[in-house]
Amino acid sequence: MMMNIATALNTSPLQAEDKTLTFDYLDQLESESIHILREVAGQFERPVLLFSGGKDSIVLVHLALKAFRPGKFPFPLMHIDTGHNFTEALDFRDTMVETLGERLIVRKVADTIKEKKLTEQKGKFASRNALQTFTLLDAIEEFKFDACIGGARRDEEKARAKERIFSVRDEFGQWDPKLQRPELWNTYNGRIHKGENVRVFPISNWTELDIWNYIRRNNIELPSIYFAHNREVLEWEGQLVATSEFIKLDAADKVSVKKVRYRTVGDMTCTAAVESTASNIDDIIKEIIATKTSERGETRIDDRVSEAAMEDRKKGGYF
Amino acid sequence: MDILRFITAGSVDDGKSTLIGRLLYDSKSIMIDQLEAIEKQSKNKEDGEIDLALLTDGLRAEREQGITIDVAYKYFSTPKRKFIIADAPGHIQYTRNMVTGASNADLAIILVDARHGVVEQTRRHSIIASLLNIPHIVVAINKMDLVNNSEDVYNNIVIDYAAVAVSLGLKDIKYIPISAINGDNIVEKSANFHWYEGQSLLDILENVVVADDVNYTDARFPVQYVIRPQTEELHDYRGYAGKIISGVYTVGDAVTVQPSGLTSTISAIEIGGLQVNKATAPQSVVLHLKDNIDISRGDVIVQTENQPNVENTLEVLLCWMDNKPLVPGNKYLLQINSRVVRAVVKEIEYKLNVNSLQQEPAPEKAMLNDVIKATIKTASPIPYDSYKKLRANGGAILIDETSNVTVGACMIQ
Ligand SMILES: Nc1nc2c(ncn2[C@@H]2O[C@H](COP(=O)(O)OP(=O)(O)O)[C@@H](O)[C@H]2O)c(=O)[nH]1
Repeated sequence: MMMNIATALNTSPLQAEDKTLTFDYLDQLESESIHILREVAGQFERPVLLFSGGKDSIVLVHLALKAFRPGKFPFPLMHIDTGHNFTEALDFRDTMVETLGERLIVRKVADTIKEKKLTEQKGKFASRNALQTFTLLDAIEEFKFDACIGGARRDEEKARAKERIFSVRDEFGQWDPKLQRPELWNTYNGRIHKGENVRVFPISNWTELDIWNYIRRNNIELPSIYFAHNREVLEWEGQLVATSEFIKLDAADKVSVKKVRYRTVGDMTCTAAVESTASNIDDIIKEIIATKTSERGETRIDDRVSEAAMEDRKKGGYF
Repeated sequence: MDILRFITAGSVDDGKSTLIGRLLYDSKSIMIDQLEAIEKQSKNKEDGEIDLALLTDGLRAEREQGITIDVAYKYFSTPKRKFIIADAPGHIQYTRNMVTGASNADLAIILVDARHGVVEQTRRHSIIASLLNIPHIVVAINKMDLVNNSEDVYNNIVIDYAAVAVSLGLKDIKYIPISAINGDNIVEKSANFHWYEGQSLLDILENVVVADDVNYTDARFPVQYVIRPQTEELHDYRGYAGKIISGVYTVGDAVTVQPSGLTSTISAIEIGGLQVNKATAPQSVVLHLKDNIDISRGDVIVQTENQPNVENTLEVLLCWMDNKPLVPGNKYLLQINSRVVRAVVKEIEYKLNVNSLQQEPAPEKAMLNDVIKATIKTASPIPYDSYKKLRANGGAILIDETSNVTVGACMIQ
């Protein structure tokens, strides 16, 4: 005979800490992600967690705490620094790593450009997004990483919707959507040949709203740029881009100070801000529920290049 | 608010993509920029209407060829539930893809074209749903607008399907007439089906009870990782990290570690660093035992009074998923949860015709998408339960050791 949950728990008095009766969708997502992180720890020799200081990777670190404390993380954190980051995100990154007492590796795209004589993009929003892949692949080779944990979500983009949780990449980091391994039950096959690596996405099944609700429930701290603040921005094809030394301004450009916040935190050259007065998580969640535009659509300049922009970048070794 | 994972199954053109697009659209999960992208692509279509099916076609090759290659995951939520859709495409590789999508599903929507009724594919999808033990089935009879919303047509299909369901032993089945393209009976009940007394599709999805599908009786805890900080203050800390896949664990429980058979008692349970007295599936926890015994990744901690089978000969229903055929005598790795062992497929007993459920004579080799009954011998004993009884501890994958690819899905009998 199968018992139901109420009977199962009524066999002895409930403890105050028993969370089971209120185990909801966020708890389920959390448990699934912790399970995935522990599979990485169990299956790989040299994993790494890619940490950018953005909300998704902050949530990943938080999940890793729940998965491995009081032990140390069985992997270092790594940031691929494009040199175009928001200072707020970098400061946050450093403070967080110090508080945690975990190891952070930083590899700079600028160094790769110098070393490999790469050509930088030109133009108004010259972005290092594409060059970032070179630095990442070099770092994977340098440290012999066999698994890279990333904070990508399947709700972000159509190509991501098809990617496995354990996504095998060849030695060039390339993703071949037609050669994906079937992924059944909660069994993850992380076996690879020498030189290959696996990209692991523990929060694949979370949506943007799930992330925010989880941040709220767990009082997770975020960099200040996620909350409404005054910033000088350039209006460009309906998007608001922060002015900075990385963006070329022309005389005709419309620049003004607006109250904005960020929905995603990437490079200053390819991440747009949204107008907002939301200064706390509750207000942000309200705005996200009401919004009519997707996270990437509203804030990522890099996806608008072509309908298949993300798919192409992934095939080339990008996250 | 909880999570419902479901798959949609149908033959090509039954309206699967349209239905999913409709659910996403009507639940307001589609944003303006995504709609604009679809509109751009829908321009080529004559009627000028936006093509909701485009929402689910993710990759360029698919958009170019108008086919769906692989399983895609889609998300939407209502105030009642978060929904995860595994959208498996309906052609050549169908069995493999549907098996993958079905392995985690709480519910399957089986689409039937009202004009064609129950066809061979309907049987095949239902057989796969029953093989994978999906607890809830919704038979959605689509394109009702093309049969004048006829109650007779609907009733005849229900009668036909009920016979299939009985032969497969499917349990919880609901029937619903819909028109995916018009949104009839999807979110709201439609006046076009005044004779239909059931709920709308979304209503069914929001209210089907899945909490009781979790097995709280047979406690199983596969160890994923051992936490040993080995610092001064935590010198003796040794925690077994893993996810409770079924059952309930309480401090003080007498437990056995399988396959070693060593016994101990649970001394503490931690969830996210907090001590609790009791934890249940599907929580990720850390267990501590009174005795310092040898336990490592792949071991399963169970309650001593309720044991799994621990054996090295397994009878399995096996779905073959690789282009290279399965040849009896070949060696593979078998992975069940966190345990990986060497295994050899001994013999094929019969091949299951997934369209008719007939047992056909054993072929020499099993080909891609074949479902066979076979005997597998493992190099060391594995703790398992029959898939029918406990999905979480009865499903295993086969891995080709030379290519590292996942080549088979086993439902242990
Ligand atoms: N008349 C009518 N046509 C439909 C309905 N649902 C889908 N279709 C059409 O059937 C065709 C196939 O639909 P699609 O969703 O692409 O099918 P899939 O191959 O199962 O994903 C498309 O032309 C749809 O517009 C319906 O309820 N009524």
